[in-house]
Amino acid sequence: MQDWNVLLVDDEVEFVSTLAERLCLRGLQVRTANDGEEALQSVASDQPDVVVLDVMMPGMSGLTCLERIKADYPHIPVILLTGIGSTKEGLEGMRLGAFDYLMKPLRIEELIGKIGEAMQKRPPAGKVE
Amino acid sequence: MDLIGRLKKRIGQYLDMPEEMTSPERYKIFRRKISILMLLITLIPLVLMAFINYHEYQAALQDEIVAPLRVLVNKSKHSFELFLAGRLSTVRFIASAYSYAELADEKKLNRIFRSLKQEFEGFVDLGLIDANGVQISYAGPYELKGKNYADQSWFQQVMVNGVFVSDVFMGYRKFPHVIIAVQHLADSGEVWIVRATIDTRRFDELIAAMGLDARSDAFLLNRNGVFQTASKFYGKVLDQCEECVPPVSFEPAVVEQKDRLGRDVMLAYAYFARTDYILMVVKSKADILRAWSHLKTNLLLLFLGSVLVIVLVVLRLTNTLVKRMQISDDKRELAYREMQHSHKLSSIGRLAAGVAHEINNPMAIINEKAGLMKDLIDLAPNFANREKFLGMVQAIIQAVERCRAITHRLLGFAKRIDVVIEVLDVNEVLTETASFLEKEAFHRNIKLRFHLAKDLLRIASDRGQLQQVFLNILNNAFAAVNDGGMIAVATFEKDIETIGISFNDDGKGMSEETLKHIFEPFFTTNKGSGTGLGLSITYGIVKKLGGYIDVQSKLGQGTRFVVFLPKNPKEVTGR
Repeated sequence: MQDWNVLLVDDEVEFVSTLAERLCLRGLQVRTANDGEEALQSVASDQPDVVVLDVMMPGMSGLTCLERIKADYPHIPVILLTGIGSTKEGLEGMRLGAFDYLMKPLRIEELIGKIGEAMQKRPPAGKVE
Repeated sequence: MDLIGRLKKRIGQYLDMPEEMTSPERYKIFRRKISILMLLITLIPLVLMAFINYHEYQAALQDEIVAPLRVLVNKSKHSFELFLAGRLSTVRFIASAYSYAELADEKKLNRIFRSLKQEFEGFVDLGLIDANGVQISYAGPYELKGKNYADQSWFQQVMVNGVFVSDVFMGYRKFPHVIIAVQHLADSGEVWIVRATIDTRRFDELIAAMGLDARSDAFLLNRNGVFQTASKFYGKVLDQCEECVPPVSFEPAVVEQKDRLGRDVMLAYAYFARTDYILMVVKSKADILRAWSHLKTNLLLLFLGSVLVIVLVVLRLTNTLVKRMQISDDKRELAYREMQHSHKLSSIGRLAAGVAHEINNPMAIINEKAGLMKDLIDLAPNFANREKFLGMVQAIIQAVERCRAITHRLLGFAKRIDVVIEVLDVNEVLTETASFLEKEAFHRNIKLRFHLAKDLLRIASDRGQLQQVFLNILNNAFAAVNDGGMIAVATFEKDIETIGISFNDDGKGMSEETLKHIFEPFFTTNKGSGTGLGLSITYGIVKKLGGYIDVQSKLGQGTRFVVFLPKNPKEVTGR
């Protein structure tokens, strides 16, 4: 697999760490963040190829975080994680520029598939500096 | 004030009804009570008024009849007395104007008699009788000269009283007559009596002058009950009728009684002061009271008419009133139930959503941990008990999948999913949905029949939600029917704005008690397998789509669900 650089954001430490490990096992480079602020800092310091962002987080909500990322780095695809049935948030996220949304609990293959899709459709590396 | 208060209280008590009474019985009793109360309130014054009026009228009418009758009798009595007094004074005049010698002279007497007859009608004869009762002279048709009256009662009476007027008797030419005798006491001390006979034709004239109608009667009676003039109904002259004699009264009197012929009559009469006569006027009461009975009939008709109208109006009014009340009660009850129901649904929905979300994160962690375990096992080729561990991990992941399905269903119930309206063909959605169940139908030999309206218009609705609705109802039908049963699905146009989809099954049906609760969440009859959410979700969705569901069911005979959907939803109340 390509060494895609993925930023994983979720307030559940156990979830993030485990998922990160699984993605690493599949050859991805994964960084993690446990809230919106941390995520924004992480994006700013080293831009990831893809952000996987949980919608339901304490403090800054996932959707706000998405907006902020999209404002500064519109080219970075963001995949949202929503609770089951939270279609509304998912759709709202899509409107705000998210690449797609997936429901938790995830199927790992589905997530990797989506990341791959996002990478393919990602605008060519021409980074807007 | 106290009385009114008590009355109010009593009426309140009267109209009060036990709450636990079942609805139709309750309204029936209420209707009856209000009807009775209103009838009483309206009819009592009417009856009272009619009663008072009746009596007032009767009294007034009675007076109006009695008074003229009394006047008539009095007037006629006067005429009679005047007539008799006139004749009496004539005879008295003759007795005093002529000397005994003159009167004893038959020639002279004859001359006096002739001129008397010329001046006064009714005189039949004239004679002189001396103090010993011997007829001295006589002018008239009989040969009475020399006759001695000394033993006769009239002679004795005239000798005592000076005057005598006899009762009527049949005399000359079989004509009723009256004797008038006057005693004269001359200055010389001589006593003689002049006796005249007059016929009573004049009596009949006087009676005729009363101007009575054909059905009324007037006659003279003496105190022994002997008719002095002929009566139309009761007898001829000199007939006896002792029971006809009324109680003595010198004032003209009016009494009501039954006459000899059994008629109800008004009897007016007056006793004569100086003679034995009683003047009697008999009028049939029926005739007199004809006007009264006419009035009475009219009054009665009016009364009955009013009562009828009042009863009809009261009954109609009460009926309408109670019906309206019942309808508004029912509406209120329904609104209350719906509110309660939707309240219940929404609170349960919120709870379910909360639970689903809360469970979601731990589930995600379990899922990832299990996934990682699987990854690690896959990466270690020499993992001890590899297969067993993989099996266990797989089981955990499957359990997570099941939880995922459950939470998904819960959230579906919570109606978090937005309505997406599109124009669709209900028949198509229906057949598509039913196809999910074809396999089960085939295995259980259940006949699934479709009667789909061919020209059914496409309607605006939500495909996914409709599918869920149809699936839920069909699932219930499948659960209800036995193997080899039948389920019939039909679509039809109910009216210009609504289409209907009906689902009939010949399954086990539901009791009324069950029917009341089927849309409540967590209400289930097949304990163990059902969540009790299916119909509740269905109900919520159909409501959200602007439609409604109608259910009919009979235990042991089957169930009919009809879903009514608007062709164009006015506004979708999705969250």
